[in-house]
Amino acid sequence: MIEDTKKEMTAAEKRAAERKAREERVRILREKRAHEKANAEIRKLEKTPYDYVKGARSKDRLTSLDFIKGLFPEFIELHGDRRFADDPAVIGGVGYLDDIPFTVLATEKGRDTKSRIKRNFGTPNPEGYRKSLRLMKQAEKFKRPIVCFVDTAGAFCGIGAEERGQGQAIAENIMELMTLKTPVLSILIGEGGSGGALALAVADEVWMFENAVYSVISPEGCANILWRDPEKAAQAAQSLKLTSKDISALGIVEQVIPEKSKDPEKMLHDLKAQILKWYATISTLTPDELKQKRYERFRKIGV
Amino acid sequence: MTFGAIFRKSKNELEKGGRLPETRIESDIEMTETCPVCAWGNPISDLGTQMHVCKCGHHFRISARQRIGYLTDEDSFSELFAEVVSKNPIEFPGYAEKLEELKRGAREPEAVICGTASIGGEPCAMFVMDPFFMMGSMGAAVGEKITRLFEHATQHNLPVVGCTVSGGARMQEGIMSLMQMAKTSGAVKRHSDAGNFYLTLLTDPTTGGVTASFAMQGDVLVAEPGSIIGFAGARVVEQTVRKKLPPGFQKAELLLEHGFLDMIISRAKQRQIISSLLKMHKREES
Ligand SMILES: [Zn+2]
Repeated sequence: MIEDTKKEMTAAEKRAAERKAREERVRILREKRAHEKANAEIRKLEKTPYDYVKGARSKDRLTSLDFIKGLFPEFIELHGDRRFADDPAVIGGVGYLDDIPFTVLATEKGRDTKSRIKRNFGTPNPEGYRKSLRLMKQAEKFKRPIVCFVDTAGAFCGIGAEERGQGQAIAENIMELMTLKTPVLSILIGEGGSGGALALAVADEVWMFENAVYSVISPEGCANILWRDPEKAAQAAQSLKLTSKDISALGIVEQVIPEKSKDPEKMLHDLKAQILKWYATISTLTPDELKQKRYERFRKIGV
Repeated sequence: MTFGAIFRKSKNELEKGGRLPETRIESDIEMTETCPVCAWGNPISDLGTQMHVCKCGHHFRISARQRIGYLTDEDSFSELFAEVVSKNPIEFPGYAEKLEELKRGAREPEAVICGTASIGGEPCAMFVMDPFFMMGSMGAAVGEKITRLFEHATQHNLPVVGCTVSGGARMQEGIMSLMQMAKTSGAVKRHSDAGNFYLTLLTDPTTGGVTASFAMQGDVLVAEPGSIIGFAGARVVEQTVRKKLPPGFQKAELLLEHGFLDMIISRAKQRQIISSLLKMHKREES
């Protein structure tokens, strides 16, 4: 009897001790989590707009090709502008998202030195924009929706690019996109640089990744022109209001895609669901309604 | 000694949104403007009578009002949307002060003037950019005025004559200025889809976001001799490719050769040729 009681008490004590240890462990982990959360928040709060610019340019970010491969496993690339050349800085083609065929267009920076050189660091020549327009017109003809991934410092500033009408190529794309009779979605995944980015971002909706930037001019270029001092780029980045938070507050993008998850698989999975949801809604509009809405989307950005 | 050298305009004067040389009158010396091509000191009093073109053929930069005077029939210009002026949408440091300063000093309250006019008897809607207001850069007000003009022209089946001169998008308005490229392009497209005629007269310099939008979207593109027309600035291109630029780079004459312009017209002939083109594109119902 005595023995039994002793045994029982030992078991109760054991359970109590275990519970206590568990609670202590939870408390430590909670503290640790709060600490990490606080650290992350501090990092975010301390991150300057110029840090965002540098982050958006980082080689560690996913490039357009990662998105295409991840979202469109059966993607077939189509080449050339039918005028002069094929520009590797712009990738175009067709692929299925679930069972819906999409036309996909993207500026691609490349991952390593070799591919970066091949892709001209993601800065397109006029041929890239003409290829893009050709495939967008093709999408319109076959009533395919378009999704664009934008990641570029801007259009290439080269002698040949100027001689072959860089400005004209971008102007034509923007004008044609304004009335394209098929749904267009643009996603800014890294750097959104000036008119060279806009040529793929005249869309029914524009989404922007949390750590992407979108600007009329590079902070370095801005600092150079305004203050004749490229060293003041950080100040320019601050003034240009180019982070996703600022761009969203100005009403330029429909949504900012959070970058909390470190898991690209999950991110792509969620993104796919969102694109399909977007398409399910927008595909109910008639071509005229679509054109009207797109016109109004940009028309309201005034003084 | 040449007086021209004394009164040579500093290169940055336009960028500062400064004044024309004639505001700096010295007592008994005849004011001259030195031609950057032949170095001849053109007396200011003569420039007006020769449409601000040097005897060597160099076309001096002129204000939007002067251009309207040279192009349109007397008293035919009726201004529209003059009330639309720039604000400071992204609170860019120093921009509000700059706008205030320009309001006091510049002769125009914005970098573009819009209106209706007749050219050689042909009615049209018109926008004329001004190089003396922040180098004709496009902010939200410029985009809004040009968009409204195209909408007005679409509504009234009027052709549009657009004269461009611009350093590009106005960076002090950040992303808002970039969006004007899409906004104006949309209005140009609607005007075009409705069967209306749009002629662009590109003048020195037309660059950046303006080249990459409405400047290049005309049915007919004409340019003034010697104009620089491009997307990227020449210095940026030089720094990017680390090469010397070829002669005539971004000049209107080279663009004509490469197929990006319909023709180059000297200032003295612009009114007559533009009038003929307007007449040939006249719509029956208008
Ligand atoms: Zn001369």
